[in-house]
Amino acid sequence: MPTSPFEANGSAECRRRASHSIKPTVLWCRSLTEHSLVRTGRRNAKLDRNEGVPLMRKTHPEPGDPAAGNGILSRRIFFEGALVVGATGAGLSRGSAEQLTVQPWMKVPGPGFPGYGQPSPFESKVVKIFPPPPNPAGVGASRTPLHMLEGMITPSGLHFERSHSGIPEIDPDQHRLLIHGLVKRPLVFTVEALSRYPMQSRIAFIECGGNSQALNAPQAQPLNVAAIHGLLGCAEWTGVRLSTLLDEAGIEPEARWVIAEGADAAAMSRSIPLTKAMDDALLCLYQNGERVRPSNGYPVRLLLPGFEGNMNVKWLRRLKLTAGPAMTKDETSKYTILLKDEKAWQFVFPIEVKSIITRPSPGLALREPGFYEISGLAWSGNGSIRQVDVSADGGRSWAPAALQGPILPKAPVRFRAAWQWNGGPAVLQSRATDDTGMVQPTRAQFADERGLRGVYHYNAIASWRIDEMGEASNVYA
Amino acid sequence: MSTLKPISVCVSMLTIAPAALAQAPQFGQPIEPADIAAWDISIAPDGAGLPPGRGTAIEGEAIYAAKCQACHGEKGTNPGVAFAGALVGGMGTLAPDKTPIKTVGSFWPYATTLFDYISRAMPFQESKSLTADELYAVSAYILNLNGIVGSNDVIDAQSLPKVRMPNRDGFIPFPRNPK
Repeated sequence: MPTSPFEANGSAECRRRASHSIKPTVLWCRSLTEHSLVRTGRRNAKLDRNEGVPLMRKTHPEPGDPAAGNGILSRRIFFEGALVVGATGAGLSRGSAEQLTVQPWMKVPGPGFPGYGQPSPFESKVVKIFPPPPNPAGVGASRTPLHMLEGMITPSGLHFERSHSGIPEIDPDQHRLLIHGLVKRPLVFTVEALSRYPMQSRIAFIECGGNSQALNAPQAQPLNVAAIHGLLGCAEWTGVRLSTLLDEAGIEPEARWVIAEGADAAAMSRSIPLTKAMDDALLCLYQNGERVRPSNGYPVRLLLPGFEGNMNVKWLRRLKLTAGPAMTKDETSKYTILLKDEKAWQFVFPIEVKSIITRPSPGLALREPGFYEISGLAWSGNGSIRQVDVSADGGRSWAPAALQGPILPKAPVRFRAAWQWNGGPAVLQSRATDDTGMVQPTRAQFADERGLRGVYHYNAIASWRIDEMGEASNVYA
Repeated sequence: MSTLKPISVCVSMLTIAPAALAQAPQFGQPIEPADIAAWDISIAPDGAGLPPGRGTAIEGEAIYAAKCQACHGEKGTNPGVAFAGALVGGMGTLAPDKTPIKTVGSFWPYATTLFDYISRAMPFQESKSLTADELYAVSAYILNLNGIVGSNDVIDAQSLPKVRMPNRDGFIPFPRNPK
């Protein structure tokens, strides 16, 4: 397998700290509560036996109560404010931690305002990653470092990209959008003209159909969140409803499809059902409040909420209404799903219900036993997320996570679960359910339906193993 | 649905009432069909959109060597660069429990797709540069390498849509698309 940045490069510093605070030899004592363990060579009395977990009040249920095996706590913690658990500081000295000093930046004025803001230089590691093998510039994909982000919105500069012939530098004054084919009035639009229509904003995810395809591999690869799941982004997209322009052009009765085409060197092209085009498709001029970034389709990209990423054609220059699909390269030889037999699913439009845990995850080691928040994202191209369950014991027991609003259709939801890590091995999983009732499948269920040769639309439950050092790794469980 | 710290944004405010759309302006500029032709590069499976011209595999071999081989490898089987992919071979590898090798010959259901893709996206460094005759010829060459057409078969707007691809019946609709 490739080396960094795809390696799950757990921090050596974290590993050292963990090894200093925890002796690696752990014996499970099953007669105790499921949170309890006995350590040999113990260094920290707070970790021993029941002291590793809250001394709970006896009224039930309390927020700190276990809600599922291996330390998953009740999501009521998130609704009822401060933790009742007394173990948040487990392993920390209660003495004076450090002497506070007045830092240099408090003594002289800082520099002035930049014309366009940049992240702190101390956040320089929060960047997109690029997959091997090396491709020509702008060909292939960059991946969002989801494990270093929070909330539901992807910063525009960190939104993943997938391009086939580089990123065109388009002069918006020269760019045109053509609508033709089975319409009464073929029309051409300038970008300036598009910007004068009534606009709408919509918070929506875009996920590449090839996201998470590493999990089709027979053996779990040593990859991190970005490398496996980083072809996912979410933005507030703003633009003109496609239906507005199609109505203006006048749709002929025999039209059933819209062929969308980009202005890149590959003239990337996909066929879209007219029903989707008339439903919630948006011609986006803005992304997170500013003009769409070039790598995401400047000056105008198509947004098809919930549909696989490449259908959201970037640098949109042409929409041709037709009776049938074009059967382009990307809807025949790519983005079709080869099943267990010789057949392949074609036109797999929606991203189906899915979730991932972004923290803890490979490279984000746990430093010591105690309380942690499990945080992640859940999304469905078919609607809204209704529930996310989490497990710390590889799916043997589950508890519902807290969902952070707003919960929007075809947008990621941030979920959070409270976890009391006892320092022992754990397998963390999340399982999402959407409001159509679809439940994220296990890897076995997923493979049973379609096999593992399909490459695209992998949405099965993913697993992170936490070892006794606090390191996380990608596993099949 | 329970939420954590509900954000006070009213979601419905993100969408504008449909009433505004009823008064939408009309800024599209009419365009004549003849003026659209330069942009209308879509090729349909039935051949609609195919330009006049012709070519054979024998004629396409030299074009392939000059324009395609650097990335796709000699005779399309051994890609020179990983992102280009193999164009030839893999027949029979879609069978259950085999590792699929998806090429033009083993996987693509329509020959028109090959013409469409080459004409819009290839050669990589100078897309949309081949003449119609060159496009037919190099399409014929790739089909010939896969054993689908003969070396001297004339490929043109009439014959290309009639080419029967081996995996033509290999595709079924996804059962769970939204209505």
